[in-house]
Order: sequence, then structure tokens, then C-alpha cells
Amino acid sequence: MFSITVFSVLLVVLIGLGLYLKSVPIFDQNSFWQLISSSEWRPGSGQFGFLPFIAGTIAITLIAIVLALPIALLSALFLTEFSKSYLKKWVFTALDILAGIPSVVYGVWGTLFIVPWISEKLAPNFVEYSTGYTVLAGGIVLGVMILPLLISLFVEIFSAVPREFRDAALSLGATKWQTSKFVILRKTFPGILAAVILAVSRAFGETIAVLMVCGNLPMVPHSLFDSCYPLPALIANNYGEMLSVPLYESALMLAAFLLFIVVFIFNASSRAVIYRIERKFK
Amino acid sequence: MRLKFIEEKIAKGLMVVASLAVFAFVVNIIYTIFRRGFPALNWEMISQIPAGGYYNGGGGGILNAIIGSLYIVLGSTFLGLLISIPVVFYLNVYLKKDSKLAYVARLAFDVLFGIPSIVYGAFAFTIMIYLGMHTSLGGGILVITLLVIPIFIRSMDEVAQQLPKDLLDSTYALGATKLETIKVVLRQIAPGIATATLLSVGRAIGDAAGVMFTAGFTDSIPTSLGQPAATLPLSVFFQLSSPNADVQDRAYSAALILIFIVLVISILGRLITNHFSKHKI
Amino acid sequence: MKFLYRNPTRASWAEDYSFLNNDLDKSAKEKLEKDKEGLRIKKSYLKVSDLNIYIHKAHILKNVNIEIPDKKITCIIGPSGCGKSTLLKTFNRLIDDTEGIKYEGSILVDDTDIFDKKTEITDIRKKMGLLSQRPCPLPMSIYDNIAFGCKMHGERNRKKLNEIVEEQLKAVGLWEEVKNRLHAPASKLSIGQQQRLCLARGLAVEPEFILADEATSALDPISSKHIEELFVKLKQDYTIILVTHTLRQALRIADHVIFMYLGEVIEAGPADEVFNNPKQELTRKYLEGAFS
Repeated sequence: MFSITVFSVLLVVLIGLGLYLKSVPIFDQNSFWQLISSSEWRPGSGQFGFLPFIAGTIAITLIAIVLALPIALLSALFLTEFSKSYLKKWVFTALDILAGIPSVVYGVWGTLFIVPWISEKLAPNFVEYSTGYTVLAGGIVLGVMILPLLISLFVEIFSAVPREFRDAALSLGATKWQTSKFVILRKTFPGILAAVILAVSRAFGETIAVLMVCGNLPMVPHSLFDSCYPLPALIANNYGEMLSVPLYESALMLAAFLLFIVVFIFNASSRAVIYRIERKFK
Repeated sequence: MRLKFIEEKIAKGLMVVASLAVFAFVVNIIYTIFRRGFPALNWEMISQIPAGGYYNGGGGGILNAIIGSLYIVLGSTFLGLLISIPVVFYLNVYLKKDSKLAYVARLAFDVLFGIPSIVYGAFAFTIMIYLGMHTSLGGGILVITLLVIPIFIRSMDEVAQQLPKDLLDSTYALGATKLETIKVVLRQIAPGIATATLLSVGRAIGDAAGVMFTAGFTDSIPTSLGQPAATLPLSVFFQLSSPNADVQDRAYSAALILIFIVLVISILGRLITNHFSKHKI
Repeated sequence: MKFLYRNPTRASWAEDYSFLNNDLDKSAKEKLEKDKEGLRIKKSYLKVSDLNIYIHKAHILKNVNIEIPDKKITCIIGPSGCGKSTLLKTFNRLIDDTEGIKYEGSILVDDTDIFDKKTEITDIRKKMGLLSQRPCPLPMSIYDNIAFGCKMHGERNRKKLNEIVEEQLKAVGLWEEVKNRLHAPASKLSIGQQQRLCLARGLAVEPEFILADEATSALDPISSKHIEELFVKLKQDYTIILVTHTLRQALRIADHVIFMYLGEVIEAGPADEVFNNPKQELTRKYLEGAFS
């Protein structure tokens, strides 16, 4: 049992190391800074600029969080603090379904519903023409995808607050909303932060769904209605041909390594933040 | 009316709207897929493997993908349980609450949980190239196992951490060794196992990015671990990339089948969870 | 058996309970009222009639009829699970959030029925300060803990808030201990200090009642003595209702005692009478320690 535990712990190191070793060759010709700050992507002529992909990933993740966070916070508060149990059952069922829907189905939904909606209804109000395969489409689809994760984490966190805290605030004559705002949200702030970070790292790596709705043009997006090309989509789209072009494999493994490092840092730092804040309040 | 009551009303209104939005998304997603997918759905799709020229509008179905997905899900769930139950047990019974190893292990599983499936896929792919392996059912199962282990461990560990210490003490008091307490622990975390299985099956069947590299895609049903295997999500994805409108419609039907399977699993999972929770203290 | 006990702070019973006496002639009553107004004592009055509480199908409180005397310490005693805490939490309707709750009957606080649909729950709760079993400082600074309630009720004036905080901290004897670290997290205080802070927090919203749910059971003997002394001091201005599991505590500070058993009120009356001369067999047995 000990060895299985240790081995699964080592898996993290193993993956990181494996990806790093695989991506080393590309550093022979380019510096790390060059790679992530250049936006020239011509694998055929050996130019690997990751900036468009990094920018695309960050853009859709930000949009997703901005859209999902208020909905998730409000409905989680509704579920734990306000609603009756029969209502809870319904919403939880809906969340279960939402969580269970495979990402490829989200992608299909995005192409069938969100993309046409953006290109026909929304975009004409702002720009001349948009295909609908945009940063915004990716953000919306991703936002809906991380909703169940966020809500279930929030619900878990909120219900962990002992009832005495609510009783204490309520018996001072606070309304339920005041209690939620000043006691529940404040008490659970580290947890909320951790949940968001978890959702962000989930959103970072989401591949198929965003690949289907983002347009996949290697350029830095300048508006919500530009196409983008997130890192995971880059890896997924080119896995077949990467063996035929020199350094291509190494470049794609660098992309995977970047994703890995970001997830690693996010998880580790969220833990650190939580411990610091908890110590402050305990 | 005082300000705080107005604020309360507004806040509550927003909350109801947010919760309704969740419903609206579910209904919208299922309706959208159903409307496009149902007309193209027929028995042939589910019962046959792709005939020649399937991706140009020829006959046949996606049985290869359905079976392939089921193999991968079953295999990875089995392997995942086999590995994660001992780990959870070790973390919670053998290690002390403030153990360094337990802390590092939980952090590691947190990280593993967050690692995108595409990274697992890429990692496994490089190893497979290194070992000279081709894309195969076995490779797919291994990658998905890696993917679900953190889910298993995290969700079981969460339940196991709530284990009342008195419960363990009372089993020790009856003369049980640490290993023998596994029966009690297992019974207590049974609902956790059920939910974990449910979650991981859902993730395993829906994952496309991981198997894309490792399981490959084929039109036939794999008969051994060494052969490549098709999976439902990839089947949806490839059919949708076809320029042929008929084939695209089939992609929607395949998506509908995928949703259906996931829903059935989630309902079954719920029933099982309810059944197990009865024995919980 | 005999209780060798006398509460030194208690005045004569006949006078204390005069308001319960219907025979008292009108002029005397008016005179009493006038005296009270003259002393500017806030008038508060709590009367429970035919209260029944069900949670799902369980009958938790059965036909409770009691009156709580004004400006006294009323102790609710009884074995665990007899509904003491439920009764207490009914007074400020904290049980509303319990799943499957149903209630019948009425509780009159200053002649308004707290179950009335028109009654604003937050107003009721403002009148009833609650002190829970474990001290439960809100996740904010010492200062904010006390100012919290006032802010909730719309008090924004910084100067006034400062005054209130100082006054209430002094009232619970915490001022000297914390005046230099008002903005430190309340959770840094010792557990006994926390409980006093919670009391001060409750007092800051100017309640008329103090509801205490085994408020000393989590504390060390010294802190718990501190709280008890505070109660005795505070009963000049507040009506205190105390749920307690320890009989000795009730003996020490109660003016009025309610004994409950399995959701019913078995006996209620002045402490002297209930303790020294219980009318009911069950009460006598409980006091003798036959069960607890």
C-alpha cells in the first residue's frame, strides 16, 4: 500500500519530468522567452511562437470564470441558505446532468447553438462580421462546463460552515442575505478562492469542446469576436503530423509541459493561500 | 421598507435567476442535441459497425465506438478502483492526521486531478512511442486509468476523512488489526466509492483528448488489448468534421447516444448511492 | 431532602411575582407601572401559550404554556433531549430553518405574536440576544464583531459605533483586556473571552431578552463563573432565559425555574419553590439525581 501511494505521488514528478525532457530539444534553437513571447507560428520553417496560444487560453478561461462565478456563487448560496429541500433536489439533478455531459457534447452544443447565436444575433451589434467561432463562444461553452464543478464545490464549502455562525448572525437580527454576505462568504473566502483556482485549471486544459468552437486561428485575439487557438487544441489538432516535422513534437510537448506547469503552480499556490488565510482566522 | 429588506429581495431574486439559468442550460443543451440528433437516429446506427464509405454518407453505424468506449470505461474503472482503494485506506488508517506523506500525497492528487487529459494523453503517447507501441485499447485504458485515479482517490478520501475516529477505535477495541478495519472503512466509505465511480465513469466515457493519442480510432471492434479502439466522443468529433451533411447529422445522433448512456449511468449511480447511504453512521 | 441554598441577589418573591397576581387591585398595578416607567425600565414580557412543535412527524414540544417573568433569570432545566434548546430557539424563531418544522400556538412578546405573518422575524431576533453553547465569534475583528449587529440595523456613524463597542465591552468586562487590539481577529481570544465577546455582541443590538443555550458548558470553571456573574448583573436590565444542563448552575443563579421532560413542561415556578418544595414527583426525582 505504501509503495502504491508513493508511486502515485511520484507520477506527478514523472509526468513533469517526461514532458520536460521531451521538450528540451526546442530550447537548442530558441530561448524560453522567445518561445512564449513570439507570435510567429510556422512549424515548417522552425518558428514556434506560443504567444497566440497562451493568449487564447487565458482569454477563454477568463471569460469562462467571469461568466460562471456569479452564477455559481448565487445559486450555491440559494441552495445552501435559502431553498427548500425539494427545490434542492431538482437543482442538484440538473447539476449532475450538467457535470456528466461529455465535453464533446458541449462542443456539439456550442457549434449548434452558441456559435450561430453569436454570429447572427450578438456579433452584428458590435462588429461587421464574425463567424461565431470566437473567443466568446469558447468562453461561454467553457463557463457552462465549469458551472457544475464550481457550484458543487461552493455548496460543499458553504454547508461546511457550522450552523452556529448562521445562528449567531441571524439572532442579531441580520437578514439571510446579510448573513450570507458578511458571514458565510467571508468565512469561506479561502475555500471560494481554492474552488475558483481549481475551476481555472480545469478550464485551462479543456480540449475538445473549445477546439470545436474557437476557430483555431493562430493569432492573438483582440476582441471577443476574434478567433483564437488555445494550447490544448494545438496539441490535439496536430498530434498526427507532429512526427514528420523536425522539432514539432518537441514544441507540442512544450505546450503540454506549459499546461502541466500552470496546473501544478495553481494547485500548489492555492493550497498555500488557503493555509495562510486559515491560520489568520483560526 | 427598510434598505436591508430591499437588498434581501434583490439578492434572492438574483439567486433564483442564477439557479434557473442552470436549469435553462441543461434543458437547452439536451433539447438542441435532441432536435438535431433524433431524426437521424436509427437502429442501424447502434447495431452496426461503419460500412465502407461511412464517412462519406455510406451505410453502417457506430457500434465500434460504443463497444470501444465501454471496454475502456470498464477496464479503467476496474484498474482505478484496484489502485485507489488501497491508497485511500493507507492515507486514512495507517498515516496520522498530520503526516507529511499524507499531506504531500493529497497535494499530489490535487495536482493530478487538475492535470488536463490532453497532457496525460501527450505524456502517454511519448511513452508509447518510446516503447515502440502502437495506439491500442490497452493504451487507452491505461491513460483513462491515470485520469480517473485522482478522481477516485479525492472523492473517496473526502468521505474517508470524515470517518469518526471512535469508529476505528471501537474496531481496534474488538481486537481488529489495522488491515482488518478495512471492512469497516469500506462500508463507511461505500457511498464515496459509489459517487467516485459515477464521477469517473462519466469522465472516462466522455474523454476525448486522452484517448485521441493513445487508443486511436478504427472501424472495427477490438478483439484484444493490442488493437486500436474507437471511442464515442472521437466518433462524434470525426463525423462532425466531415463536410457531408448526412454524416454531420449522424454526429448529432452519436452525441445523443452518448448523452443517453451518461444519463443512464448517472441515474443508476444515484440509486446505488442512495442504497449505500443507508448503512452510514 | 433539603437545599441549603439562598440566592443573595434575589429580592422577595411576593414582590417579584406581583404582576402575575390577578387579585392585585388596579391602582396598585398602575402604581407599579408608574414606578417602572419612573425608573425607565424597559418593559418586556414573554408569554407562551399552547405551543406545539413538530419536526417531520416527531412531536418535539407538547402543549407548552409558560410565562417568563420580567428582569429575572429564568432557568430551563431538564434531561437532555427534553426540548429545552428547541424551546429557546423558538423564542427567536431560529428553528425556522429546520427541515420539516411545523408549529401551533402562540408566543407573545410585548403583545405581538412572533408567529404572526406580519411580524418581521429580524425584529424579533433583535429583541432576543442569543448566546450559544460554544462561543461563536464571527469571522472578523473584535471591533467588527460587536459593530456587526448595529451595522446590520443601519447604524453607520463611526463615532456612535465606537461608543457602542466600548460600552458593551465594558459591560462584559472585556474592555481592559482587548482595548489595545480591537482590530485583531476575534478568534485570537481565549474561549472564555470569546464567550463574553459574543455576549457583548448580543447586547450591542439592544435586546430585551438574553437567551443562553448552555452558555457555560464549553468553558473552564473560571470563565463560566465570570459569565454567571455577568448574568446576575445584567438581569437589572434584561430578561434572561437560560437553558442549563447543570443543576448547580440553576441553583446558583435562577430566580425562576422551568422543568421540562420529554417535550412537556412539568413544573414552573420561583426557584425557591421548585428546588425546595417541588410539587411534581418527576421534578423531585430529577432534582435528587435519579436521572439526568
